[in-house]
Amino acid sequence: MQRIIYIVQKEFKQIFRNRMMKPMLFIMPFVQLAVLSYTADFTVKDIRIYVQDQDMSPLSAKLTSKIKASDNFTLKDVSYTYDEGFNKIQDNEIDVILSIPEHFSRNLNANRKTELFITADAINSTKAGISINYLQNIIHDFQIEEAQSKGLIEIKPGINTIKRDWYNPGLDYKFFMVPGILVLLVTMLALFLSGMNIVREKEVGTIEQLNVTPIRKYQFIIGKLLPFLIIGVFEFTVGLAVALLWFKVPFLGSVGVIYMFTIVYLILVLGIGMFISTITDTQQQALFLAWFFSVIFILMSGLFTPIESMPQWAQDLTLLNPIRYYVEVIRLVMLKGSSFASIKVNFLVITLSAIIINMLAIRNYKKTA
Amino acid sequence: MDNKVIVAKDLTKKFGNFTAVDHITFDVKQGEIFGFLGANGAGKTTAIKMLTGILSSTSGIAKVAGYDINKERNELKKNIGYMSQKFSLYEDLTLKENIRFYGGIYGLTKKQIVTKTGELIERLRLSHIENTLISEIPLGWKQKIAFSVAILHHPKIVFLDEPTSGVDPITRRQFWNLIYEAAEDGITVFVTTHYMDEAEYCDRISMMVQGKMKAIGSLHELLEKYNAKDMDEVFLKLAR
Amino acid sequence: MKSFRAFVIKEFKHIFRDVRTLVILFGMPIVLVVLFGFAITTEINNAKIAVLDLAHDNYSHRLLDKISSSGYFNIADDLQSYSEIEKSFSQGDIKLAVVIGENFGKKMINEKDADIQIITDASDPNTANIVSGYLTAVIQAFTLETGVVKPPKVTVKSQMLYNPENKSVFMFVPGVMTIILMLVSAMMTSITIAKEKELGTMEILLVSPLKPYVIIIGKIIPYLFLSLINAITILLLGLFVFQIPMHGDYLLLLSEVFLFIVSSLILGLLISAISDTQQAAMLISMLGLMLPTILLSGFIFPISSMPEILQYLSDTLPAKWFIIIIKSIMLKGAGIKVIAFETAFIAIITLILGILTVKKFKIRLE
Repeated sequence: MQRIIYIVQKEFKQIFRNRMMKPMLFIMPFVQLAVLSYTADFTVKDIRIYVQDQDMSPLSAKLTSKIKASDNFTLKDVSYTYDEGFNKIQDNEIDVILSIPEHFSRNLNANRKTELFITADAINSTKAGISINYLQNIIHDFQIEEAQSKGLIEIKPGINTIKRDWYNPGLDYKFFMVPGILVLLVTMLALFLSGMNIVREKEVGTIEQLNVTPIRKYQFIIGKLLPFLIIGVFEFTVGLAVALLWFKVPFLGSVGVIYMFTIVYLILVLGIGMFISTITDTQQQALFLAWFFSVIFILMSGLFTPIESMPQWAQDLTLLNPIRYYVEVIRLVMLKGSSFASIKVNFLVITLSAIIINMLAIRNYKKTA
Repeated sequence: MDNKVIVAKDLTKKFGNFTAVDHITFDVKQGEIFGFLGANGAGKTTAIKMLTGILSSTSGIAKVAGYDINKERNELKKNIGYMSQKFSLYEDLTLKENIRFYGGIYGLTKKQIVTKTGELIERLRLSHIENTLISEIPLGWKQKIAFSVAILHHPKIVFLDEPTSGVDPITRRQFWNLIYEAAEDGITVFVTTHYMDEAEYCDRISMMVQGKMKAIGSLHELLEKYNAKDMDEVFLKLAR
Repeated sequence: MKSFRAFVIKEFKHIFRDVRTLVILFGMPIVLVVLFGFAITTEINNAKIAVLDLAHDNYSHRLLDKISSSGYFNIADDLQSYSEIEKSFSQGDIKLAVVIGENFGKKMINEKDADIQIITDASDPNTANIVSGYLTAVIQAFTLETGVVKPPKVTVKSQMLYNPENKSVFMFVPGVMTIILMLVSAMMTSITIAKEKELGTMEILLVSPLKPYVIIIGKIIPYLFLSLINAITILLLGLFVFQIPMHGDYLLLLSEVFLFIVSSLILGLLISAISDTQQAAMLISMLGLMLPTILLSGFIFPISSMPEILQYLSDTLPAKWFIIIIKSIMLKGAGIKVIAFETAFIAIITLILGILTVKKFKIRLE
């Protein structure tokens, strides 16, 4: 036990003595959390639209100004020709073209069928889909308003759908993103610190000295793990404070559950780092590996893009991704107030993995040359 | 038998087809300064790694400080000190912090660590740099500190693997004074070197050539036996 | 010039000797691009939903059939009462719950005003929006199909330019290619050079008769070469594995790739110039670079919905501009005139990074 304390003390001293380490540990993550949380928003705004108006009637002008008045669209140009709009799409100047055909006004007044045409730059498929959807809604509303003003139809929807958004009625992306980005930052830090650690002693040569001391393998690994665990929990706590106080993310569940899960999770991530550290010879190799896994873990965590959208094999792969479990848990507990019972599967998976990977790391760390 | 700190019999290490250490048999008495000589690649470091319990032997047996090198590693490690070719102190810790860390690792109590630290700093006259980072201390001093740290827990035997490589002659001389002091304290010193002139500082010398122990004895005995005027000549004769 | 060549050759040998690192450097980008190219998409299929059918009539059953056969949804939970909705959500699986009101069929046919409630799990607002959007569309189609509602007089037809099937691959694959290329290039340069600084081998070179900037150029030439190989591999993956069409000019594309790689390598150099140790360089290139590039480059999240300050911040990332360039050339067949502005931006940023790097190195070297 005493030996472990000495290792812990040593690790802390080394970390805090590194000039770059302090800002990277205590400023950078929180700046990133505070800044980047604002970027993660799928809402599509400022869709640049070009209206090709072949009708040139008061009614088509009315529709155009209705689009212009909407928050989602920026009207770039109105003209009679299509080609001009097409060239603008080609040059990245606009996103969609709405074509209003000839006789639009006449047909509408006579309650005859008329067809509008949308051309969308679909390279960004999400944006294209959403733009079309918004436009259709505007046109739909427009025709109902027109019909109503003439007393032509009574409005009965057939089915009246009411949408309720639970857990986040304001659809605030930050509620979803802030805890997630916090998880990513804590994970990367933990992976980095532990992954670079043992391999650094290998590279510098101090590991040889430690190998001839009577220190036990488990004492060594625990001694290395503890300081990072403490730092990780600290980072998490500050980040959580930022989330709650600055971003006003609700916290419905139990703080105890979150912390218990965080600690086990950190032990797992640190174990992965330790494992990487034991199988590599240089810090460079260790970093490449740590980086490689970080990118995979991050992009396949279900935080930025939904896991359900992935092909089945990729969904299966995410079952190996610790961040996935953590993101799920933090969302369930913070935003939905789920109890331990609902996250016990995740807890079990993470605990078991933590035990296995740390045992592997201990086994792999050879006190022999 | 009681005063023998190392007993090795037919100690062998093979890496695949290559035999790095080939059936070496020798013993080292307590309080002795034992020189382990040989050219680079003669198998010195491999032998030391086996004797310090970080490499298993392929065959043969050896006991160090009374413990089997393959089976009783943990007890063995409590009773030995080691200083490697590669520099072993933490550059980003201060002198005092290094002492404290290694003291703690060897299981010294807090009180012991404080006394030992005081003694060490006084003996080396380093009180003015006790809170200086190791990275800022000149190399010659670092070697002396590393040695003192290696015997901080007063081991029965200390292994020194090329401790003086890359150091100037004056510092080497001072370093050897430290080795003598340790030997007087009853610590057996097992030292490898490729400086043949350092052999004369040792009580007994062994000579490794291509994994085999070609000669063992005091400086006198060896010079006589090989009819040479210095160790360089002995070495050249053996290597041929 | 001769000594410069010898120096560059030495650097190449250095890199190719470490097979392990080489495998990582070339293998990593391929694995990542393939993995993410397939996995990163926002199209949703088979979203799990819960259903609470309070009507249990002919029409409600028909509607549920239509929902489950749409391909978007997977009815995972058949609830019996309101109180079960919350439980279903808190286990975390379902994306939304549909509640079909009592007397659904009767109200729909007779009063043309039946009730359906869609309750989303808005803790993930994006998925909530997409999924409820799909569901609303299915319900609308159902009202038309059953003849309850007459089709509107004004209809809208739409055409998806450049991407007729509206696949999100076209959106994400160029982004994945850009991000991976940039991060790998910057990371490997910064670390290798920081390593040399740490080991002191850089100083040995600096006392040689070669000028400092020559040394730096010599150092990055091998990496330029490695990055080009990586870039070409990644482009081939895009073309052949993900079937991204190539409508533009190859020469133009390669020149843009070259410019982008240079800017990434210089970024790596700058990182190595400001850090004393390998660890510091690693910290910056892993913790400092990864998330900001992923999030600010517009690779996943639309830049136009970010706060204005962050939009300006994203302008400083060459990655943002490169994603636009790659898409324009490959998918739209754009020529240099169309992307001149973006190209100029990358060039300017690169120049600024270059000046900063030279300044930083000078302070260190002199």
